Amino acid sequence: MESVSAVQLKNVTKRFGDVVANNKVNLELKRGEILSLLGENGSGKTTLMNMLAGIYYPDDGQILVNGKEVTIRSPKDAFDLGIGMIHQHFKLVDVFTAAENIVLGLNESGKLDRKAIAEKVREISDRYGFDIDPNQKIYDMTVSQKQTVEIVKVLYRGADILILDEPTAVLTPQETNKLFAVMRNMKADGKALVIITHKLHEVMDVSDRVAVLRKGEYIGDVATKDTDPQKLTDMMVGHAVTLNIDRPKADHLTERIEVQHLTVKDKDGVNRLSDVNFTAYGGEILGIAGISGSGQKQLLEAIAGLQPAEEGSHILYKDEGGIEHELLGKNPLDIARLGVALSFVPEDRLGMGLVGNMDLTDNMLLRSYLTGRGIFADRKKPKKLAETVVDELEVVTPSISTPVRKLSGGNVQKVLVGREIALNPTVLMSAYAVRGLDINTSYTIYNLMTEQKMKGVAVIYVGEDLDVLLELCDRILVLCGGQVSGVVDGRSATKEGIGLMMTQLQGKEEQA
Amino acid sequence: MSAQIEHKEPLIRISKRTGISTGKAWGIRAIAIVLALAVAGLVIFAIVKLNPVKVYQTMFDGAFGTSRRAWITIRDTMLLLCIGIGLAPAFKMKFWNIGAEGQILVGGIATAACMIYFGNLPTPLLFLVMIVGSIVAGGIWGIIPGIFKAKWNTNETLFTLMMNYVAIQLTSYCVAKWEHPAGSNSVGIINSSTKVGWLPSLFGQPYLLNVIIVMALAVAMYVYLKYSKHGYEIAVVGDSENTARYAGINVRKVFIRTMAMSGAICGLAGFLAVSGVSHTISTSTAGGRGFTAIIVAWLAKFNTFVMILISLLLVFLEKGAIEIASQFQLNDYASQIITGIILFFILGSEFFINYKVNFRHKHN
Repeated sequence: MESVSAVQLKNVTKRFGDVVANNKVNLELKRGEILSLLGENGSGKTTLMNMLAGIYYPDDGQILVNGKEVTIRSPKDAFDLGIGMIHQHFKLVDVFTAAENIVLGLNESGKLDRKAIAEKVREISDRYGFDIDPNQKIYDMTVSQKQTVEIVKVLYRGADILILDEPTAVLTPQETNKLFAVMRNMKADGKALVIITHKLHEVMDVSDRVAVLRKGEYIGDVATKDTDPQKLTDMMVGHAVTLNIDRPKADHLTERIEVQHLTVKDKDGVNRLSDVNFTAYGGEILGIAGISGSGQKQLLEAIAGLQPAEEGSHILYKDEGGIEHELLGKNPLDIARLGVALSFVPEDRLGMGLVGNMDLTDNMLLRSYLTGRGIFADRKKPKKLAETVVDELEVVTPSISTPVRKLSGGNVQKVLVGREIALNPTVLMSAYAVRGLDINTSYTIYNLMTEQKMKGVAVIYVGEDLDVLLELCDRILVLCGGQVSGVVDGRSATKEGIGLMMTQLQGKEEQA
Repeated sequence: MSAQIEHKEPLIRISKRTGISTGKAWGIRAIAIVLALAVAGLVIFAIVKLNPVKVYQTMFDGAFGTSRRAWITIRDTMLLLCIGIGLAPAFKMKFWNIGAEGQILVGGIATAACMIYFGNLPTPLLFLVMIVGSIVAGGIWGIIPGIFKAKWNTNETLFTLMMNYVAIQLTSYCVAKWEHPAGSNSVGIINSSTKVGWLPSLFGQPYLLNVIIVMALAVAMYVYLKYSKHGYEIAVVGDSENTARYAGINVRKVFIRTMAMSGAICGLAGFLAVSGVSHTISTSTAGGRGFTAIIVAWLAKFNTFVMILISLLLVFLEKGAIEIASQFQLNDYASQIITGIILFFILGSEFFINYKVNFRHKHN
């Protein structure tokens, strides 16, 4: 068993039109190992794995499973070969239970034996340490539980080669640790695992070997114990990159946004934010930390004029002359008409910040289409702006008349951030600005945020990576279940301290 | 165990194209039409043992054989196009306006009412009243589902569809009321002797004015959708309501405004149908064009100039089918088979424009 590789890719090539997504890639995966597949956005990691999973078919090259050449035409072929992939976006039926989702599409003859299925699911769970209730409905589950269902689904079908595409992107640090424990158990059981991730400390933590792709080319592989994040980054990017975020101090701070007693209820009447108070200053980056769903979205949207709040809530904007304006109860246009230059990079880039089917120019127009007299929209300035953004932020796009949905995640984000910064904002809010972005683009975004701060802009940065928050932000506000559990200094706070504040309110235990 | 399974490379694989040049796209469409004619020809020969070339000749004759026939084809094309222009802004906003039939009918009713009751007004004033009346009537029919969607998020597909039935009942009522001659259960030709309220001939061509009105609308709608601020708002709302809210667009207002306009243009089509074409009103005045126009709008991807071509094609097929049915004593269905085959190939060509078919490599 040791002598034969689980999977071998030889000179695998995949093209999409003129774009070569994978060029003669060679890769080997052994049994009983966890391999990290590393590479920037668009380097072809997911494409390569999709060929193993039967989603794409290679244009050229060979795939060997257990030393034998195979042809994988469909996900079913992949399953027959014992290959299972857990995709970034879950493919589950919401109204079904975990067990029903697990057997869905198996086409086993005979009656559906729920008991036997539940038994087998339990057996798999016990073996690897999953925590799963076969009879729970998907819509009742957290993201982490849904992911567990996806993994068990693959194991139930007898997979012994597992591919996990960015499994940690949606998990909290605790959930990530749990997942890694399970992965180690599977490894001990002789399974072969591939994990795609952008987070280098996770690569160092969980994998045995790292393979690096760059622009569709296979760069090489190293044993994890012989490398470090700096070396991996250099391999990935192709040249040396500094992994430090510069954090200069602004000369003076000006009070910009004052949030008072902000309470937001959702349509079921549940408090999403309860009595939130804080001040954001021009010339600083205020980080917002918290487990996802702790009210970050509602907080930013309330400031942006997209989220109604309960009575007694106030969001005051102080302009240059020191005059206060109430922002609550106004829509984004009203706010702009007040002369408040408020930029907002929302979490849902293509569903809120941009229009996926429109080209770059028309997306630049989104913030300015009402300017100018007459009934016609002026596209000259947006076109110029699109050209400037493409130049300055090095957006990779065939042209400025390409629909933005065709760009990769990092380039979409550059277009969005570029447009928002072009508004010359006094307040810049961003939610998960680097989610799914590669290292290079992430650092571009961090630098833009700092640049804005030094211009005197009040930057509000909602983030999930505590290491980054601690390196980037001047102050960090920690949310826990819609309440502020504290504001800490970014230069002196510790990761553990913030982690604790995220799960419990200061002084009192969170009521579960 | 699992490694025993032998797999061959699939014979045919389908992959999405990243882009295609305009020339190549039109090339594919041209091939589709040629193939359609060939396949339809085989079918014709197999079923009715007729010479396909002769059949096509007859189809062309049916649509363009005489100057009168050509004008009727043009007239019907313009009517269909007008409705398609009305539907374009609604569908671009992803508002499923299935209610063009009703909007045409109420526009037609308003026009007929003006012709019957205000026949003694001076001609320019009468036309003004007719046009405004039909636009307002169609606009009301469009704005009601728009308001309900904006305020209570009702399903516009069902709502607009139901409005069609209301309009049909209303038309039946008016037909009964305006029945002429008594007992005929129809309105008959309105003002058949005085021709009051009939769209006048231009240069001796009775339908030239229809063409001018609809072409002007086509240009105006093209510019409106592509260059105006309203058009931009419609496109944003159609793609993502959340993005529209983020940009400060009043989504409700856009829904209501756009549906009022969509209904108004369909109402104007009702005016054309009554004043410019049939000079009567009945429950079949819309004649299913409100539904056919949905195909026109979508196939053209809301480009009003492409709509001209598609309207013309659909009307040509319809006229041609009628002609071969009567010339060769086929029943209607035989000619509809030919229409169906041709449409199938044209729609199918869109697949080959968006996707690429790869055949198995020749190994060894």
